[in-house]
Amino acid sequence: MTLRQHTSQEFEMELESVRQRIFDMGRHVDQVLESAGKALLEHDSELGNRIIAGDQETDSMELEIDHLCLQILARRQPVAGDLRLLTSALKLVVDLERIGDLGVSIAGRVVELGSEPPLTPYENLMRMLTTAREMLTEALGALQSQDVASANRVIDKDEVVDAYYTQIFNDVLSRMRESPDNIFGATRVQAISKYIERIGDHVTNVAERVIFILTGEDIRHSARMRRSDFS
Amino acid sequence: MESSSSSSTSDEAPTPASSGVSLHPAASITAKKAASVLTPKVQIRSLSFFYGKYKALHDVDMDIHDRQITAFIGPSGCGKSTLLRTLNRIYELYPGQRATGKIMLGGRNLLERADDVNLLRAKVGMVFQKATPFPMSVQDNISFGVHLYERLSRPDMEARVQWALEKAALWNEVKDKLRQDGTALSGGQQQRLCIARAVAVKPDVLLLDEPASALDPISTQKIEQLITELKKDYTIVIVTHNMQQAARVSDYTAFMYLGRLVEFGDTNKLFTKPAQQQTEEYITGRFG
Repeated sequence: MTLRQHTSQEFEMELESVRQRIFDMGRHVDQVLESAGKALLEHDSELGNRIIAGDQETDSMELEIDHLCLQILARRQPVAGDLRLLTSALKLVVDLERIGDLGVSIAGRVVELGSEPPLTPYENLMRMLTTAREMLTEALGALQSQDVASANRVIDKDEVVDAYYTQIFNDVLSRMRESPDNIFGATRVQAISKYIERIGDHVTNVAERVIFILTGEDIRHSARMRRSDFS
Repeated sequence: MESSSSSSTSDEAPTPASSGVSLHPAASITAKKAASVLTPKVQIRSLSFFYGKYKALHDVDMDIHDRQITAFIGPSGCGKSTLLRTLNRIYELYPGQRATGKIMLGGRNLLERADDVNLLRAKVGMVFQKATPFPMSVQDNISFGVHLYERLSRPDMEARVQWALEKAALWNEVKDKLRQDGTALSGGQQQRLCIARAVAVKPDVLLLDEPASALDPISTQKIEQLITELKKDYTIVIVTHNMQQAARVSDYTAFMYLGRLVEFGDTNKLFTKPAQQQTEEYITGRFG
């Protein structure tokens, strides 16, 4: 539903600022993931180190949003949709920050791999990363366009990421069985795929929080519980 | 009217557990337990109200639950005070005002003119926005109303005065000033004196019309604490312009607009996930 604007323009601007900063932080961590993927694909340790060095920017964005939300909560005593936005923003930024951290962790493994040739082509790993990034874009887009169905699609998409993880894990395992020489590279690839799998989980959290902001329905845990019933 | 819990026209009480808030299992169990003892104290059915020819309330249906706090909120002129004033027929003090429909209390329609209106106002006590202590001693402020309905011995009356002042969380502050003029108390104390006066006649329902709007924050907190304490014994209805106050103290909230009940339900739900866009726009400060 589209609500009319607040009587207080200042309050309206403050809430818009929270939304905008969430989008900005989302875009920023997506860029971290894009760069991490590029570093992996191009065996670019230098880029990997730059990503690691730039982690503070994500942390600063998280702190800024936290402070802004606390100030608004203290000064405005928001209710209903405004309250859901602010309390969810406080949690949502934690997921975004973790996504950024995982991007940095990918960069760390890229640096460790150095110029070592890939065990197998990184195609599946890159597809997995692309899927996770699409999920992130779609989750934040759902908040912007107030599209609950889109947020639900993001949650469903996490299964695709999980399937990639299982496939890559099995591939890596067979490479390790082939020769102990593969273990160093294989454990790095396995770690990267685990990071991306975790990114998928965090984006799912983001999508769940977007649904709560938009509808008031708290679906945390329930989707995963349903899924685990069948696994 | 949209009831965010079960329909207000239904005999079934709206319950927090069925109100649509997505509670996790443990929270749901607690809410169900709490809800299971709720019974309607006052049943309002098809209530309309007229100031002369002007219709100020339109077919209001609502259950007010026993020993719960129900808040009426809405912008000025929405009918919330009018609705409150129907519950003890205090509007009859003014010519040209009338109500139609039913307000059932204790199995009787209190709008029926045959009923003793003085007895009704003892059963349904009222506290106004501005503290209105009588120009007499603290003790007499309490005993004055009791004398109208009961004949008590002096020791019994003194015990009743103390009991009422304790109920109103005022006893410790005035026990040494019982002979002092009630109007000499602070604003917050005067309002608690008025609540004590209302409580002294042992009503079933307490109506509070913006009881803290003229008070400082500490006095407001004391009144709110008192309201929460009084809930153990009384059914309380409060009209307030302060939405945070409604959110803080009430169990149920009714949002009114242009004389109609727009939404009525569990306060927790109404302030986190209102069912009606109009409610959301009002409580978030988009109009009103």
